[in-house]
Amino acid sequence: MTATLERPSVAVRKKRSVTPARVALHVFLVLTCLMTLTPLLWAVYASLRTYEDTSVNGYFSIAKSLTFENFAKAWEIGDLPHFYWNTFLITVPALILTLVLSSMVAFGVSRFSFKFNIALLMLFTAGNLLPQQVIVTPLWRLYRLIELPAWMSESESLIDSPLGVILIHIAFQMGFCTFVLSNYMKTIPYELTEAARVDGASVFRQYWQLTLPLCRPVLAALATLEFTWIYNDFLWALVLIQDGDKMPVTSALQNLKGTFFTDNNLIAAGSLLVALPTLVVFFVLQRQFVGGLTLGSTKG
Amino acid sequence: MVLQTPGSTPLPHFGRRTMLRVMLAGAGVAATSGLLSACGGGSGSGGDSKVVTFGNNLSDQVPKDAITAALKGFEGQSGGLSVTINTKQHEQYQEQINNYLQGKPDDVLAWFAGYRMRFFADQGLTGDVSDLWGKIGGNYSDALKQASTATDGKQYFVPFTQYPWGMFYRKSVWQERGYAVPKTLDELVALATKMKADGLIPIAFAQKQGWPGMGTFDQLNFRTNGYQFHVDLLAGKEDWQDKRVKDVFDTWKRLLPFHQENALGREWQEAAQSLQQKKSGMYLLGSFLGQQFPDAEKEDLDFFPFPEINPEHGTDTVEAPIDGYMMAKKPGNPEGALKLLEYLSTAEPQLTYLKSDSSVVATNQKADTSSYNSLQKKAAEVIKGAKHITQFLDRDTDPGFASEAATNGLIEFIKDPNSVDSVLKGMADQAKNIFK
Amino acid sequence: MTAVQEKPKAVAPSGPPPRRRGKRATALAGTDKLVLALMLGIPAVVHLLFVWVPTLGSIALSFSRWNGIGGLEDIEWIGVANYVEIFSEYPRFWPAVQHNLIWLLFLLVVPTTAGLLLAVLLDRELRFSRIYQSALYMPMVLSLALVGFIWQLIYTPDGGLLNSLLGLSADPVDWIGDSDINLYAVLVAAAWRHTGYIMLLYLAGLKSVDPALKEAAALDGASSAQTFFRVTFPVMKPVNIVVAVVTVIEALRAFDIVYVINKGRNGLELLSVLVTDNIIGEASRIGRGSAVAVILLTISLGVIIPYLYQVFSKENRT
Repeated sequence: MTATLERPSVAVRKKRSVTPARVALHVFLVLTCLMTLTPLLWAVYASLRTYEDTSVNGYFSIAKSLTFENFAKAWEIGDLPHFYWNTFLITVPALILTLVLSSMVAFGVSRFSFKFNIALLMLFTAGNLLPQQVIVTPLWRLYRLIELPAWMSESESLIDSPLGVILIHIAFQMGFCTFVLSNYMKTIPYELTEAARVDGASVFRQYWQLTLPLCRPVLAALATLEFTWIYNDFLWALVLIQDGDKMPVTSALQNLKGTFFTDNNLIAAGSLLVALPTLVVFFVLQRQFVGGLTLGSTKG
Repeated sequence: MVLQTPGSTPLPHFGRRTMLRVMLAGAGVAATSGLLSACGGGSGSGGDSKVVTFGNNLSDQVPKDAITAALKGFEGQSGGLSVTINTKQHEQYQEQINNYLQGKPDDVLAWFAGYRMRFFADQGLTGDVSDLWGKIGGNYSDALKQASTATDGKQYFVPFTQYPWGMFYRKSVWQERGYAVPKTLDELVALATKMKADGLIPIAFAQKQGWPGMGTFDQLNFRTNGYQFHVDLLAGKEDWQDKRVKDVFDTWKRLLPFHQENALGREWQEAAQSLQQKKSGMYLLGSFLGQQFPDAEKEDLDFFPFPEINPEHGTDTVEAPIDGYMMAKKPGNPEGALKLLEYLSTAEPQLTYLKSDSSVVATNQKADTSSYNSLQKKAAEVIKGAKHITQFLDRDTDPGFASEAATNGLIEFIKDPNSVDSVLKGMADQAKNIFK
Repeated sequence: MTAVQEKPKAVAPSGPPPRRRGKRATALAGTDKLVLALMLGIPAVVHLLFVWVPTLGSIALSFSRWNGIGGLEDIEWIGVANYVEIFSEYPRFWPAVQHNLIWLLFLLVVPTTAGLLLAVLLDRELRFSRIYQSALYMPMVLSLALVGFIWQLIYTPDGGLLNSLLGLSADPVDWIGDSDINLYAVLVAAAWRHTGYIMLLYLAGLKSVDPALKEAAALDGASSAQTFFRVTFPVMKPVNIVVAVVTVIEALRAFDIVYVINKGRNGLELLSVLVTDNIIGEASRIGRGSAVAVILLTISLGVIIPYLYQVFSKENRT
């Protein structure tokens, strides 16, 4: 921020002249960011300390020593690699299928006209906004009725199977994605698909080769959001999975929180490890994020 | 008919009926995959006769390792049977139990004795093991058999370990300050007053999780009104608005000022740490509290049964919850399941378990207690000397009543001890609703 | 999300085509019809089967007394008795409704204002803007369960950060245990996470406001505050609607964070918690839980339907 850091370019200097208002703005923003990050940093601090240290000195004290031991311990005790894999098995297929299916619906309702395309869109959107608890009991019963061959689900039903969790995520999240995607697709000029149609392109080609590539930014934004939501889910696994070994990593975190012994430093370390993938995905796709959500803007 | 969106752009269109028909066709394709697959499967869970599945709720590291070690012993001597352990987080296991038992439960599964076991046995969700009891009955005292028996007089449960509730304290602190174990309520109040003057929190307390305070209620109730009243009250046969229940809460009110403040925002682990850090003088809890102590300090931990309140009942009742195992209604491997249950009733696996988890004692009466530490010896002695054994409020009553009415009622009371009357009315109303 | 907006006619490509050009609509070939039907049909079936069928099931179950064990034949149908019990007797119901409303009001006021303010501040040529955005948005990607845990470390009366910072260690405030204040303590945590989300939505909305509009206003001598309130904010109406709906739904759905903190008891009762307590657990009261769920559903639909009406009626007018 100091003047010495400024590049000699005239244009830049003109734009970034140091006015008191600017300084105040930066001070305000830095403080706000620090306040926002404090709880997280506090957890990081706790995770780096030993149980012996904090149980004697309390958390509000200077650490005797800092160590990554808790992370290693959480990784091992929590059997995190195993549970990361479980989550991966649920999140990735659910994410891909959600995006594929909802982009198909969005394509259908935004590019073609039939009597109930608005009704269909409303149905999907409304479904996404329902409180999840509303459907728990009947869904569980329904899942129990659907029997599957062993190659699809080890438990031979949708209960206690990653497939069941994937399906409900898809069913639920499709609403939001369809809504966003259909609105985005409406901003793509109709002439584009119209021309392709005249050239004899099939409906599927219009969807797959023409429309989808244009939706890349919004798909990236949705992928980030949906990844976060599906990854962080806690209710569906609790209701639908019965085998402790099949639980996703968010539920496995509970294993670290002992019933008869609690080491908050260990839980802090475990929680941070569990949050890591969402943070990574967020930082990797961050650039797409605001851009992808800036849809149907007044800029046209 | 020609359809068109009100939109201005030309779109391909087709009739509603065509669209519906085609959509249904599409739906048909989607549904078929489900239906086709519905024809397969259906063989029931795990037909493998070499494997016994085991539902485990001991998710903490120490007990989990302990039970794993105990099950290893079974694999060694069962003639080729192996055990697949399904561990779920302790609380999650309880939340899921209903769906779990109706879904695909493991062959042998962890649960609690008493009313809580009966609740599921009575509804036919678990397997009858009375035949097995013919073989293993000699391993257990009558009290344990009673706790394993459902309303129909048959057994549905095999006890494994047990632990007592009591007033825990650090011997070193008490020696240093010259405190003596109180024998009566008045002595307890005198001791607590003294502790307060000495700058200690007399009784550590935590109620954030909702259940620890139930232990206090239990002790006060059966010390004041005796075992029978306590059990009947929890079974819905007595009225919560009875004068006798009110007395219990009045006593509690008298003791509350000696309890650690802000209990509703504290987990019991934190309360246990205040005992461990010598900030509190005593703590009414189950002996699992020892797990919160570092190994080096475990020998310093001791306990005494809650002092006498009503001379008529003395200290004849001990709260000593029993943990053990049930069998699934239709186990995938019935023979293996029975074999495993039989093994679990013997002394060997119980002692193997105790080697790693020294906060509980064996339920098998023939188990050799020479390897017990001083706390375990005391626990075994106290349990043995008891005339009556209770399980715990949430194990001695309807689970719905425990998790809703009782939990929230006790929280209300702790929040505002003067609200006893309305709290008890609320509990009485809900009890009437549940125990119809 | 902001796509709700219609394109202003002036910038719509090639201008709005005349209304009656339906005759140009081409009929689809047979295979195309099938493909399209599959593309719409499969997702629709999945959605209907796993979301709407169970929803209807819940509505039916709300008229029953059932402990969740056994089959249909074990269900006792008792009419509206569950609703009567909930409205008149169930001690946790009205507090839960009240808490949901407070939750809603708080989220509508605090994180929305803060998020909008931050978005406005960041929507300009600014150094480190991306870093600021990342930091502010970070809490959003954390699970509510983790958020709950982190804030417990801050609020606990025994050596928590907040009491220590305020110098209250000797006589600590029980932020979580005191039922007069714990709702607000938790709301701060929820707002901590929600603000970044709102900021992001507004940022996306602001980015889409045509700079020419602002420049024009500036040329007319409007101050930046005037420009914002007279030009920018009205243009962002669709974003405001989205923010409002997202917030209302978040408020009605709120669950994880209180469940992690104390299972939603002692001043933290919420409707979603009551549903969960009644239908998950050892002794389920499916009927009562479903009835609370239906009440929650009714409130949600009360928000969803006007919203959809707003969004789609506009579409019809286009």
